[in-house]
Amino acid sequence: MLEIRDIAKTYPTAQGPLAVLRGVSLDLAGGTSLALTGESGSGKSTLLHLAAGLEKADSGHIAIDGAPVTGLDDAGRARLRRETVGIVFQQFNLIPSLDVGRNLAFQARLAGRADPDWQAVLAERLGLAPLLARYPEQLSGGQQQRVAIGRALAARPRLILADEPTGNLDEATGDAVLDLLLALVAESGAALLMVTHSARLAARLDARAHLHAGRIGAEPVA
Amino acid sequence: MNADMHMLIPPRLRRPRPPRVVMHMLIRTILLLLLPAAAGAQGFAGLGTEAEDYLPVTAPARLVFPRDHGPHPGFRIEWWYLTANLTGPDGEEYGAQWTLFRQPLSPGPERGGWDSPTVWMAHAAVTSAETHLFAETFARGGIGQAGVTAEPFRAFIDDWSMTGAGRPGADALADLAIHAAGDGFSYDLAARAAPPPVPQGADGFSVKSASGQASYYYSQPFYGVTGTLRLGPDTIPVTGTAWLDREWSSQPLASGQRGWDWFALSLASGARVMLFALRSEEAPAFLSGTWIAPDGAPTPLSPGEIRLTPLTETRVADRRLPTRWRIEVPRFGLDTTAEALNPAAWMGTLYSYWEGPIRLDGGATGRGYLEMTGYR
Amino acid sequence: MTAALAQALASYWRRHPLELATLLVGLMVATALWSGVQALNAEARRSYAEAAGLVSGGARIVAADGQRLPLSDYVALRRAGLRVSPVLEGEWRAGDVDLHLVGVEPMTLPRGAAPIGEEAAALPAFVLPPGRAFAAPATIARLAGRPGLPELVASGQVPEGTLLLDIGRAAGLLGLPDRVSYLLAPAGTGVPPAFADRLTVAEGPADDLARLTDSFHLNLTAFGFLSFLVGLIIVYAAIGLAFERRRPMLRTLRALGVPARGLALALLAEILALALLGGAAGMAGGYLMAAALLPDVAASLNGLYGAHVPGRLALDPAWWLAGLGIATFGALAAAGDSLWRAFHLGPLAAARPEAWLGALRRRLVWQAGAAVLLCALALALLLLGGSLLAGFALMGALLLGAALLLPGLLALVLAALGRRAKGPVAHWLFADGRQRLGGLSLALMALLLALGVNVGVGTMVSSFRATFLGWLDQRLGAEIYLSAPDGAAAEVIGAALATTPGVTAALPIGAARSRFAGAPLEIYAFTDDPLYREGWPLLAALDRPWDRVAAGDAVMVNEQMARRAGLAPGDALAIPTATGAWETRVAGVYSDYGNPEAQVLAPVAQVRARWPELELRRLAVRADPASVPALLADLRGREGVDVTDRAGLRASAERVFEKTFAVTLALNTLTLIVAGIALLTGLLTLAEQRLGQLAPLWALGLTRRRLAAIELGQAVALAGLTALAALPLGLAVAWVLTEVINPRAFGWRLPLLLFPLDWARLFLFALATGALAALWPALRLARAAPADLIRRFSDER
Repeated sequence: MLEIRDIAKTYPTAQGPLAVLRGVSLDLAGGTSLALTGESGSGKSTLLHLAAGLEKADSGHIAIDGAPVTGLDDAGRARLRRETVGIVFQQFNLIPSLDVGRNLAFQARLAGRADPDWQAVLAERLGLAPLLARYPEQLSGGQQQRVAIGRALAARPRLILADEPTGNLDEATGDAVLDLLLALVAESGAALLMVTHSARLAARLDARAHLHAGRIGAEPVA
Repeated sequence: MNADMHMLIPPRLRRPRPPRVVMHMLIRTILLLLLPAAAGAQGFAGLGTEAEDYLPVTAPARLVFPRDHGPHPGFRIEWWYLTANLTGPDGEEYGAQWTLFRQPLSPGPERGGWDSPTVWMAHAAVTSAETHLFAETFARGGIGQAGVTAEPFRAFIDDWSMTGAGRPGADALADLAIHAAGDGFSYDLAARAAPPPVPQGADGFSVKSASGQASYYYSQPFYGVTGTLRLGPDTIPVTGTAWLDREWSSQPLASGQRGWDWFALSLASGARVMLFALRSEEAPAFLSGTWIAPDGAPTPLSPGEIRLTPLTETRVADRRLPTRWRIEVPRFGLDTTAEALNPAAWMGTLYSYWEGPIRLDGGATGRGYLEMTGYR
Repeated sequence: MTAALAQALASYWRRHPLELATLLVGLMVATALWSGVQALNAEARRSYAEAAGLVSGGARIVAADGQRLPLSDYVALRRAGLRVSPVLEGEWRAGDVDLHLVGVEPMTLPRGAAPIGEEAAALPAFVLPPGRAFAAPATIARLAGRPGLPELVASGQVPEGTLLLDIGRAAGLLGLPDRVSYLLAPAGTGVPPAFADRLTVAEGPADDLARLTDSFHLNLTAFGFLSFLVGLIIVYAAIGLAFERRRPMLRTLRALGVPARGLALALLAEILALALLGGAAGMAGGYLMAAALLPDVAASLNGLYGAHVPGRLALDPAWWLAGLGIATFGALAAAGDSLWRAFHLGPLAAARPEAWLGALRRRLVWQAGAAVLLCALALALLLLGGSLLAGFALMGALLLGAALLLPGLLALVLAALGRRAKGPVAHWLFADGRQRLGGLSLALMALLLALGVNVGVGTMVSSFRATFLGWLDQRLGAEIYLSAPDGAAAEVIGAALATTPGVTAALPIGAARSRFAGAPLEIYAFTDDPLYREGWPLLAALDRPWDRVAAGDAVMVNEQMARRAGLAPGDALAIPTATGAWETRVAGVYSDYGNPEAQVLAPVAQVRARWPELELRRLAVRADPASVPALLADLRGREGVDVTDRAGLRASAERVFEKTFAVTLALNTLTLIVAGIALLTGLLTLAEQRLGQLAPLWALGLTRRRLAAIELGQAVALAGLTALAALPLGLAVAWVLTEVINPRAFGWRLPLLLFPLDWARLFLFALATGALAALWPALRLARAAPADLIRRFSDER
């Protein structure tokens, strides 16, 4: 499903080039979930961004379902984000001027795959049904993240990429949101790559990989 | 009859014609063909009521020269019409036309200055077997831009002129200098005739229909010509013959008359023949003519003495026109064929018509001019 | 994808109607002022074209001496083979209605050269007495019941006040049976050598009027353009703000899979839609503005140039298209920067946003550099440029340079004041003021431009008024001026006046016409008298100038002519006349405000020797003031005599003057109002952010009321500082107007007078504008709920 081979990425900084990823390889089978852990600055978000086509790798190869991601131009990567992957951000990144219902449907409409029945199911499962006419600023953080998860799933992507999806939420809310995310991903048959710094949350996924100093390190102690 | 009176009527206006045709000269700024026929007819009908204010044409004509070489105010239409058959040094044949029309906008005497009711119109053309170039111009009366004086004879409009030399003891028209110029052509001709002018019809009273419409009409058909044609870049010395028509009237056409074919023939024998057929919608053509002996003695021809038969038609200016004719005047033993030197001699002027030189072949030889109007 | 994208972009405007309104208002005022001025210009130009082009096509042959030519010359040219057609024009009075007659000759008139109809049967009625004349419906209505007229036929193609008729009928009405005004000739026609001494081919179809009024229209256009720019400043600010505030959303859209090109195209489509909406509203506003100003414009043009412009507005589709085009162009220009940034916007936010201070500082340095360049350009234009266009370019460079310099200047002033400030709040106040310059500088620049132009134009107009009225008092030396129907009548009246007690002198005046340096020239024939010697204001002269003129050795020329032809006293001068050139010299130059034409002043005998047909129809009557009322009553009783006393003439001249500048002053005020709107919208759109910036201060213990007062005071102070900066700019503008633009546009120079009271008024206006613009945001602040402030406070973190 997701295939990452020898990915390297270096950022220029005021103090000189900073090598964030130094040859990372990773595989994720369809319908499975993988937690990507590591301390701050270990490059786990960067790896997720590269897989989502938000950034370009310096070298290496990424493919989703055999289709290469690396080497795509801006339009190609935009299409990838639109149609193949669903992204859940730590900051939710909802569109403030659209109400919940429209935010929920937004990516599916961008991808040309709007499916009202599926959206209704998602809204129901995410507990958003009574909130559809509200605007993001009128929602709590947990509610906003549930909208973001719904938005990512509404387009029925093959791959869900989640970047600290519960990072802005308190523990109880975060657990509830994660439960929903895992359940819905499992139902939709998509693969999930989730970045988290929490070993507790990582343990709930099928597998985990640990990034350390730009490389996939040894399986840390559970 | 020379210049086609009919040509002065816009073609579209002919169909819904009121009982009396009023000829009315129009100006070039007026786009006749755009005019709705009905509106035009009303306009002409309105003018028709004034017809009786113009002087009538009555017999006898009592022509007096040189007085009648000059204009006749009070009549509705009048012209000075010269056509010349010319030959270049290489035997190439040419035709030349110089025509001046006088037409008052209202009846009554001529007045001076801007108050003059007179309008002048002139046509000039040069024709060879290959080309036919023409021009027209217009002028207001009363201000000296155009006019005619009888003695010394002078007819002019703009820089075009026909001027008598005023030779003592000769007719005022006996010696003429003729000039005209248009786009791509000009000519200067000197014409001299020995016999006096020849009255047409009954001593100058020329009947145009069975119901009595008529005009005053005389000709000078005996000119010998020398001169120069300028045709494009070429300057060609020419010699030949010319024929001058003078005609004036107030009401020359009958109802139903659609157009005519007019011939002026200069036979090798020295005789001159004028023939015309006024074609009618309702009746057979009205034929008339004059046989002029080489000494100038005229013999009017009655309708039964003339036969004109179209032989070949040519497509010109979106019309079919007979450009080859059989001409028969059995009384004088004439049976010949006339053929246009240039079948495309179309005068695309404001009032358009066909006018060009012809060659006679067959029974009698000679040259002449043919005018055809009212073809659609 | 398109629908979802469109919905996301549109939803922003629905949630922020104030910003949408600002943007649309900016587009609207920019388009309205520009298109309104264009409509005025187009209307005026159309009436010139109608007047000049009623008879059109090809070249024109005119008499070299500017008079009508004899009919015999027309006939002679026709007889020489030239295909020319005569036209006779003249003024004629039907009862109490003044008419311009245009007589054409239908037989020779080139096809389509004049709208005399194409109906065949109409010719006799057109040509034969009494003839038939084509006229505007309004003219026909005015002429109802007047005797002696030809039959009148309504025509939409004939300007008001004009009759188009047969030349013979025109000749009869004008009493000119053997005269022709000019000849229409096919393009490329030359005058035959035999006529070259007295006939000449005119350059174009009587475009003298258009040329004369060009400078007037250039002035209007310059104002329209200035207003357009001020309006665009509003648009630029609104679009920039909207972009900044939507930046996170645009990034999210990119992250969700909208390609960069797709996003830029969507934003482009958005700005085009807004441009069309605002542009259409602006066109409606422009139409209303033009309709409101047109009577004044028409009055100015009539007073200044004798040009007749109907008081109605008829706009063609081209005007609408051009207006929408300029709105679109302006919106794109204003949005270009934002569009470019949107195209290069990545899906992920930059790691570290740049500090505002560094960005502001760099911008100020950049602007100051551009300002210095523009000032250098202005200086170069002043020293090297000679044309009117260069004059306006100089003005543009000066204004733009000053505007760009303003934010830097204000930043320096605020920094200096901040260093002297005592107390933390005062420190914050000045520092905050500097920070706010970033958002408000455009609006302040607009205010500076409007104020500067206002000071400049106001100074110019006031200087002109003072100079003009003083000059008028000098120039109108005689007590009574009268105009008789013809020279003979004037002679009879003059003879009678000579023996009337109380009358000191009755001085005949006449005028002949010629052409000089390709433009019309009036030869003013006067009778030597102290009236002229003492009262006529001379700008430059030889020794004993009036003696030289009276002796026929020299003439006086007006300032306009001297300036255009580069003539100075003592210079030789050749004036075309019917009998050849009149070789003379310049004795002196007199100021002749308000006259667009070149004029020469010469004694009656000298003029008559060259223009034998000269009629002395006017008289300047000098009389004992006590006997003036009785004289006036007596003279007014005479039929056909037009009598004006000095006071009446002065009043009418003053009226013309006021009308002339009514439009200028109206546009001036409108520009100022637009600048006020720019400041208001600038503050309004920033008010949201402002709440967040002020929330910490509230949290630190400042009351809402105090914060509101600070807010108001800051806006007033910024407006006041801008107004102070506008004063020197305004004086520079006034100097450019009086010393550069006016001499080049109108041909006369004015002394520059200062009117400090006007400045004080404008300063107060600026303060009021600042206060008014800040009032609503300040009120909102004062009434903001504490919870709202808390939320802003936390949101901003």
